[in-house]
Amino acid sequence: MADQALDVAASRPLLSLRNVNMTFGGVKALKNVSFEVLPGEVHCLAGENGSGKSTLIKVITGVYRPEAGAVIDYDGQSYSHMSPVTAQASGIQVIWQDLALFPEMTVAENIAFQTVIGRWPRLVNYAEMRRVAINALQRLGVTLDVDRALHHFPIAQRQIVAIARALVGEAKLVFMDEPTASLTQSETDYLLDVVRNLSASGVAVVFVSHRLAEVLEISSRVTVLRDGALVGVYPTKGLTQSRITELMTGKTFDYSVLHRDLSRSPAMLEVKGLSRPGEFEDVSLTVRRGETLGITGLLGAGRTELALTLFGMRKPKSGSVVLDGKPVRFGSNRDAIAAGVAYLSEDRLSLGLIQPQAIADNMVIASLDKILSGGFISSDRKRSLVNRWIRDLGIRIGKQNDAISTLSGGNQQRVAIAKWLATEPKLLILDAPTVGVDVGARAGIFDIVSKLADSGLAIILISDEVPEVYFNTDRVLHMAQGRIVGEFTPGATTLQAIEEAVYA
Amino acid sequence: MRRFVRSHATELALLAVIAVICVFLSFATDRFFTLGNAFDLLNTSSVNIIFAVGLLVVLIAGGIDISFAVAASVVQYLAATVLGWIGGGNWIIGLIIAGALGVALGCINAFLIHGFRIISIVATISTFNIFFGLLMFFTGGVSIYNLPDWLTTRVVLFEREMADGTWAEITLPVLIMATCVFATWTLITRTTTGRQLYAFGDNPEGARRFGINIGAMQFIAFGWLGLMAGVAGLVQAHYAQEVVPNALYGRELDVLAAVVLGGARLGGGKGSVLGCILGVLLVSITQNGLNLMGVSPFAFKMIVGAIILAAITLSNTSIERLLPFLKSRRVPS
Repeated sequence: MADQALDVAASRPLLSLRNVNMTFGGVKALKNVSFEVLPGEVHCLAGENGSGKSTLIKVITGVYRPEAGAVIDYDGQSYSHMSPVTAQASGIQVIWQDLALFPEMTVAENIAFQTVIGRWPRLVNYAEMRRVAINALQRLGVTLDVDRALHHFPIAQRQIVAIARALVGEAKLVFMDEPTASLTQSETDYLLDVVRNLSASGVAVVFVSHRLAEVLEISSRVTVLRDGALVGVYPTKGLTQSRITELMTGKTFDYSVLHRDLSRSPAMLEVKGLSRPGEFEDVSLTVRRGETLGITGLLGAGRTELALTLFGMRKPKSGSVVLDGKPVRFGSNRDAIAAGVAYLSEDRLSLGLIQPQAIADNMVIASLDKILSGGFISSDRKRSLVNRWIRDLGIRIGKQNDAISTLSGGNQQRVAIAKWLATEPKLLILDAPTVGVDVGARAGIFDIVSKLADSGLAIILISDEVPEVYFNTDRVLHMAQGRIVGEFTPGATTLQAIEEAVYA
Repeated sequence: MRRFVRSHATELALLAVIAVICVFLSFATDRFFTLGNAFDLLNTSSVNIIFAVGLLVVLIAGGIDISFAVAASVVQYLAATVLGWIGGGNWIIGLIIAGALGVALGCINAFLIHGFRIISIVATISTFNIFFGLLMFFTGGVSIYNLPDWLTTRVVLFEREMADGTWAEITLPVLIMATCVFATWTLITRTTTGRQLYAFGDNPEGARRFGINIGAMQFIAFGWLGLMAGVAGLVQAHYAQEVVPNALYGRELDVLAAVVLGGARLGGGKGSVLGCILGVLLVSITQNGLNLMGVSPFAFKMIVGAIILAAITLSNTSIERLLPFLKSRRVPS
């Protein structure tokens, strides 16, 4: 790794930007930013939401035109601004977060779609498409069944397809915007391997990610932006996650484990021998009032399946669940909600919130019976309920009736939490609550979780990021292949020991 | 082989349903399993198959069209009038006129959808009403019986006398239908335009980012359906030997059901010509069989509806879910 870093440092930059300024409606989105990428380098662009990362990418790809005075040197040419056509023609490719793939078409067609684009209709050359696709996948060191429709493949492999497609476009510089946001740890490892192959074949990769562990693992240099200004460019060697966080936010966070004595707190949830064959087996656990229990493990460990069963959406084959001293057996999640169980879905975008609807409507959707007056929804009650949670959780919004999609990831997640708190739950299950949420906003969410626990709520926090559960829960359960295989107490066990057990 | 089964699951499920119905009808009636009846089925299904492959293209591109059947009626009327002016004509001229009129009407839909960003179902419900309203208003509901001779003469392409003395015949509509089917198949599977249509229906934003001309896609899809509708209108006039303004009213839903039955997805990106033909054939075989069995025509719609439901459920659901006992017996864990 160190040798490679020296190699790239010796070569001339592929892309070099200076004096880039952008203003939107009086707000400076980029202030005198400079940015440099070396050929074949994996370069990380770090910064919180709103720090100007996306704006910078859009300047480089020609979507935005920077203010006069900007200099863009790319591949031996100098530009005052880019256009989307020149950017693409000269090998700058973006892999968008939403991928822009065609799920019903085959892998080969998705990768080689370029070959059917053009002004005049021609006959399709399927053999050529297959050849191009297989070629691109080979360069990435991946084999996929190219004749299968894309929708059969999991999201990680669709990412690979998107990267392969960029290669077909003769990419020299590839931007990857949050490529791992919806991937599990093992899928991420797979993707990072592909990125390494890509870089080894001479393509420079600019990687944007909220997951700092990956940033440290994959990149050779990190450029940090804050509030539209350049903070600095750092070699990855010698950086730590907490150092990057400090650079991004300008604040220091203390990472410390929780120390709460809950031994005398009564049990809120007691699960004994819960099984659903093929998903999880013989799961027994206890969560006390005021306790936060962490559950971690790899993809397919059965974490989400267990959570959905506790939430009444799946029926266990055997085993018992006692909630607040009473044995329960849920017929559906309506029963579970009525009994005081709330479940924050792992997929906030498609399952957790109804994106086009108003913030207020999203917040009351699970507790409509509490705002009824004479059988109809009372707008006064609705407003006061929404105001209360906006205040309590410190949610930053414009108006209650703005669409939820206008909020940042962190604030959306707070609305989702508020939605469930409004049902007055006894047990709150948080499934991957920080996916796609900024570092700074994550801290805010865990502050809320901690306060909720102190108020007596029992909380289960599910995450595949071990540090997240380590620093924010009282106990950590390790799930693997549907069974609970380990229990740790943060502080008594080191983070490293748990990570080794989980990722082994 | 496994790949073929996997990628043609809907078509195979439909074939299975059709086979079961055919076997049943072969035993239940003595007329069904004859060459004559098979050719009859083809002759009578031709119009619907032409409509269906046209609609398929619109569905693949992510749209829907309610207006094509009444558009075909409008085309019949206008074409009959124009042919009257020019004093007769022939099949080639007739098909060109009908096709051109159909394309024009289809382009009106595309213009409304693309130019004013109206969603296709709303735009075509509107044009459905406008087309039909204009047609009834200007014709006063009067049919045209005075058609050119070439249009009302049956053209037999192939005939064979059967053992029982009846004649099995394939007529011109079947040739026109086969041409339309082949042309549509070529368009959507063999040309770059066709793949762009699939891509556009599958993920419009992704297609836009690739620089696909979205407006062109709408005009090609609705124009193609217009072309097919125009041709189908002329063929239907030939078959019926008259032009009745409301003859095709309501046909759009029959065709839509058959196309969706054949695996095309409302919402775009999915569908095949083979599935589409099988969908139409399933419906017409059922009607034909009920006819031969002497079932009251009033019961047809009900039974056809039930068969569409059954076939859709079968092609969307795995056998294991429908018959769970099969699974538990086969997989001893």
